[in-house]
Amino acid sequence: MTPLLTTRGLTKAYDGLRAVDGVDFSLATGEIRAIIGPNGAGKTTFVSLVCGRVPPTSGTIVFDGEDITHMPAHLRVRRGIAYTFQITSVFPNLSAYDNVALPAQRTLEDGRAKTHLHAAIMSALEHTGLADRANIQAGALSYGHQRLLEVAMGLALKPRLLILDEPTQGLSDSEIDGFMGLVRDIASSATVLLIEHNMDVVMELARRITVMNAGKILAEGMPEEIRADEAVQRAYLGTENHG
Amino acid sequence: MRSSALPPRILVLHAGVVALLFALNFVLPEYHHAVLARVMLLSVFAMGYNILFGYTGLLSLGHAMFFAAGLYGAGLSVYHLGWSIPAGLAAGIACGAALSTAIGLLALRTTGVAFMIVTMMFAQVFYLLTFYFAEWTGGDDGIVLSQEIRRFFVGDFYLNLTDPTTRYLLALAIFAIVLFATLIAVRSSFGRVLVAIRENEDRARMLGYDTFANKLAAVVLSGTICATAGAAYALLFGYAGSTFAGVQYSILPLLWVLLGGAATTLGPFIGTLFMYYVIDITSSYTSAYLLIVGIALILLVLFFPKGILGTIRARWAGWLP
Ligand SMILES: Nc1ncnc2c1ncn2[C@@H]1O[C@H](COP(=O)(O)OP(=O)(O)O)[C@@H](O)[C@H]1O
Ligand SMILES: [Mg+2]
Repeated sequence: MTPLLTTRGLTKAYDGLRAVDGVDFSLATGEIRAIIGPNGAGKTTFVSLVCGRVPPTSGTIVFDGEDITHMPAHLRVRRGIAYTFQITSVFPNLSAYDNVALPAQRTLEDGRAKTHLHAAIMSALEHTGLADRANIQAGALSYGHQRLLEVAMGLALKPRLLILDEPTQGLSDSEIDGFMGLVRDIASSATVLLIEHNMDVVMELARRITVMNAGKILAEGMPEEIRADEAVQRAYLGTENHG
Repeated sequence: MRSSALPPRILVLHAGVVALLFALNFVLPEYHHAVLARVMLLSVFAMGYNILFGYTGLLSLGHAMFFAAGLYGAGLSVYHLGWSIPAGLAAGIACGAALSTAIGLLALRTTGVAFMIVTMMFAQVFYLLTFYFAEWTGGDDGIVLSQEIRRFFVGDFYLNLTDPTTRYLLALAIFAIVLFATLIAVRSSFGRVLVAIRENEDRARMLGYDTFANKLAAVVLSGTICATAGAAYALLFGYAGSTFAGVQYSILPLLWVLLGGAATTLGPFIGTLFMYYVIDITSSYTSAYLLIVGIALILLVLFFPKGILGTIRARWAGWLP
């Protein structure tokens, strides 16, 4: 199968610090891939390069056969790359409904979705269990619900690749359980790239795991392989269960 | 459910304001009748400003140039080229659309304080040009459109712009059209994107929006509405002068909108009306009226930072658009 996303020698340097350093990465359609690694490993920077929030220093990014290295972020979103922020960044002064309306109306205008706007919004809200909170201002929602709203916004974009940056950070155990069900559900229609600290979540969800350290890919493989990998254990898993 | 159809109470409120203004035409004493005609046109200027400042979150300090583009576009084409009044109105609006497109393309390369300064500088250039071309514009003295020009036929229909009632009703017509146009615009998907840009531009971009294109559209819509107000002002009151291109006419719409309530559809009108009368009343008592107006404004912004209608919306009527 041809990969949905590939990067070649992808590099981002900040004043000499190579936050992402020559990363060759490949992601197959339909996969759930987890990226793990210690803080500062370059995970957020890597996905920011993929979704276009940050311009690369060098290297190339190919999405669905098309070179998108220099494509503006908003056009990548329209090609189907959705990114949910590590720091919750819903629109706090807008209702949950309007937060989801923004991505939903986008896909309707693009002709990528054919339903009515209201139906599309409510479907994304129901999917994430927020339907009864549609009219509440996003800023007044609990933290866990804001994270879910973030996911609902990603869903409403009808993505082909959904990038989730530490989505379970700060969630309670029961919220995390609900969340895992949601991700499995999403994975039936989209490829998922998941940055995650919680190893239980990673082992449960991911079919393959990529380990990053100091801007580079340290290891890649099935969850069991990663558990067994000595280099990974030294760099990261030594203390078991982060987050 | 939310986007397309207007909820009844919003429709009733806006239609009610227009109906009330229509009724006032028949009962107001001469002086206040004339004031209100002027205020309605100036509040169209404020509504245009509100699109950019209130809804999109872009603070321009140069909107006098858009008002003046309409004013001169209409005034000069009627005065020098002998165009009809309706053609002059169209010319003024077209000038505003063209100018705001050009200014938008240049000024939107900047953000924040730089955007304020750049718009202010462009407006200053425009102001100075009105003196440089004083041969045509009349500079400070301006140009006066004669009474004969302002009495004309549209088809079989006779219009006399020197008649106060005609002026009032035409000002009201333009006010009503722009009020409902902004109401529809800000409740549309486009309006929702503008608010998203105001709240968090990076996030809006990551939802697939070309934020530059949307901001440009907001500048053009805003500038064109302001030019419509300027063009109508020149034609209804028969005068175009460089005062209207001066810096105070860039500051005034900001104050009107702040006072009435940024990002509210009716706030610009309320703010313009309120400020007009505050200045009118204080200036009849003391020559230091600007000081009093200044203090009143500071107090209002301190205690009602959301403006009159913005405060009402926050406390009692969350449904207000
Ligand atoms: N905008 C920036 N400017 C300078 N350095 C940055 C910037 N963003 C990230 N970095 C640095 O790049 C490295 C990788 O950061 P990040 O991608 O956020 O790591 P992770 O998400 O894996 O924790 C860190 O050392 C961080 O300090
Ligand atoms: Mg990170």
